[in-house]
Amino acid sequence: MDLTWEPGHERFRTEARSWLERNVRQWREMCGGTPPSGDTREGFDRHLVWERMLHEARYAAVSWPREFGGRDASLWEWLIFEHEYYAAGAPPRITQNGIFLLAPTVFEYGTDEQRAGILRRMSAADDTWCQGWSEPSAGSDLAAIRSRAERVDGGWRINGQKTWTTRGAFCTHLFGLFRTDPESERHRGLTYLLVPLDLPGISVRGFGRLDGAEGFADVFFDEVYLPNDAVPGGVALGDEGQGWAVAMATTSSERGLTLRSPGRYRATLERLLVLAREAGRPDLCDRLADAWIRVEAYELSTLETVTELVRGASIGAESSLSKLWWSELDIELHDIARALLGPQFESNPEWHRGWQFALAGPIYAGTNEIQRNIAAERLLGLPRR
Amino acid sequence: MHFAFDEDHRSFAESTRDLFADRVTPDTIREAWRAEPGQLDPAPWQAMVEIGLLAAHVPETRGGLGLDELATVLVFEEAGYAGVPHPIVETTLIAGPLLPHADGRMVTTDIGSNGAPWAAEADQFLVLEGSSVALVNAEDVTVEPIPSIDGARRLGVPSWSAESTTVLTRDPRELEELTLRGALGTAALQLGLSRRVLDLAVDHVCEREQFGVAIGSFQAVKHALADVAKLIHFARPAVHRAAYSLATRNRERGIHVAMAKSLSGEAAELAARVSLQCHGAIGYTVEHDLQLYLKRIWALTPSWGDPRSHRTLIADHLRVGEFATTEQG
Repeated sequence: MDLTWEPGHERFRTEARSWLERNVRQWREMCGGTPPSGDTREGFDRHLVWERMLHEARYAAVSWPREFGGRDASLWEWLIFEHEYYAAGAPPRITQNGIFLLAPTVFEYGTDEQRAGILRRMSAADDTWCQGWSEPSAGSDLAAIRSRAERVDGGWRINGQKTWTTRGAFCTHLFGLFRTDPESERHRGLTYLLVPLDLPGISVRGFGRLDGAEGFADVFFDEVYLPNDAVPGGVALGDEGQGWAVAMATTSSERGLTLRSPGRYRATLERLLVLAREAGRPDLCDRLADAWIRVEAYELSTLETVTELVRGASIGAESSLSKLWWSELDIELHDIARALLGPQFESNPEWHRGWQFALAGPIYAGTNEIQRNIAAERLLGLPRR
Repeated sequence: MHFAFDEDHRSFAESTRDLFADRVTPDTIREAWRAEPGQLDPAPWQAMVEIGLLAAHVPETRGGLGLDELATVLVFEEAGYAGVPHPIVETTLIAGPLLPHADGRMVTTDIGSNGAPWAAEADQFLVLEGSSVALVNAEDVTVEPIPSIDGARRLGVPSWSAESTTVLTRDPRELEELTLRGALGTAALQLGLSRRVLDLAVDHVCEREQFGVAIGSFQAVKHALADVAKLIHFARPAVHRAAYSLATRNRERGIHVAMAKSLSGEAAELAARVSLQCHGAIGYTVEHDLQLYLKRIWALTPSWGDPRSHRTLIADHLRVGEFATTEQG
């Protein structure tokens, strides 16, 4: 056991920190102050500028190979970068669903041609990807997917609807699961497809989330013709009919390591502690100490996980426990802020936006009820039915 | 950066796990509840002496193994899991580094708890005289047995005369370190106990049928047990890091230990409540083994500082507790 960072890692940290400090400031100046949320039309465009700054400096996806725009960083360096990223007050990543959810699947299941055609453009935010999992009747019960894609000459014909598609109104592409075997049921007969959103027959309707931003979208497919070559290397990721297995590889990385790194909660905690020192509320000391403990515990658990991953192990159902932990932690951090701010909370957009976003945590990426089922069944071995 | 135990630490833990599985059964713990003072079966203790466990932290110059806290934290977790009815943390971890000799004698102490566990069986007592830490032989101690919620802890209040003690250290920093070791060892025991009562609950709910199915198939049961697994999952690295910080004399080891004791206490308390609830009425009996571990959990929660007192330390460290101090004068 060695809980100290190697000199090379410390150098990487220093380098990333100074780049972030400089460039976050510069980007904010370009935006003329606090930029609007990346989940609004105006804010999305501003955030695209930021994404391109990251890409130019090879910070958009540090752990990717250099040929795709990354810098071959180790998982340790990725973790350090995330920590510094949030500590610097850098903005939420509008490219996140592509980089952290789709890309791992492209690395695992994509052909060389798909990798070459998709990843670099994703890193540069030339293509922006949204997720097409949920449907009106397929939420927690994802296997109830009904959107259909049927093979036609040179491609696929798609009909159906996806919903809760984050930033769907602004993104250029969608990745998702479609039922390609009309006779199939549940998780069989699905295919993982990559779909440009500018195809004829696709209509996207953005709508407001709880926090008011147009962060959600319905995506309607009406007799959409998706040519095989609409994406370099082909629009199907993995084999036809194997979509469920391919998609599960993505959801496990979503819940596990890459979706919510500890740096995010550390940064929120630090802001909270500043607030607490100003407010002087002895009645909240215990909750503050407990929140600190939970942020720290999440960091430690992540170090343990990365140690395992670096050794070649893979993340299992433990990722469900992590999802429970960070989503509950995020709510608690913001709830303490509400208590500290008192009546001022109402007019503090920074914290009330954060509060509302935190409340989404137990719902997205598989509800916490589903995560508890997974943990109980796969980690503890309780019977499914 | 490498957050995993070395092979020798893991194999030490495995060999003690086997030993405990063999020598410490629920019947061993029940026997510890029943035995007359001074009549505790010495066999498990002898086995621990033989594998060198009790000398782990005695410096090599005094005949011990001179190991650090990282080397034994997994062992204490296993001891917690087994419910070892002997002062293994007191002798090995709390007293060990200060002992004049590694001689396998049983040492207990009342420093971190209401009384001294296994007081009538101990050969020596680690005691406080002002801020000095001293050792006194059992012959010079009078023990007044007191009740414990966990009868297997065989609690007693020691009294002794000042002239019979040997001062081990007058350095108040040594007392602080000793206190940290007490909290760390107890946190490791709590982790093991949490796992034990969780395992018992899982076994029970997979076996017990109602409405024609195993009750473990009900989501209410699954979700409660998943929350226990979650707390244990996040408390473990905290305890392991605390051991590392003590072993490496990290500047913030006090805070790291406080965090470990807070989380492990919370995990153990939740595990106990949920496990009892999942067992239903059968868990609410002295006939079922569950009670043996529940009661150990309840005895250890306040021992060497309860979760809340450790969080108070952390709040002060974060400088969010100072207002409380000023306001209360």
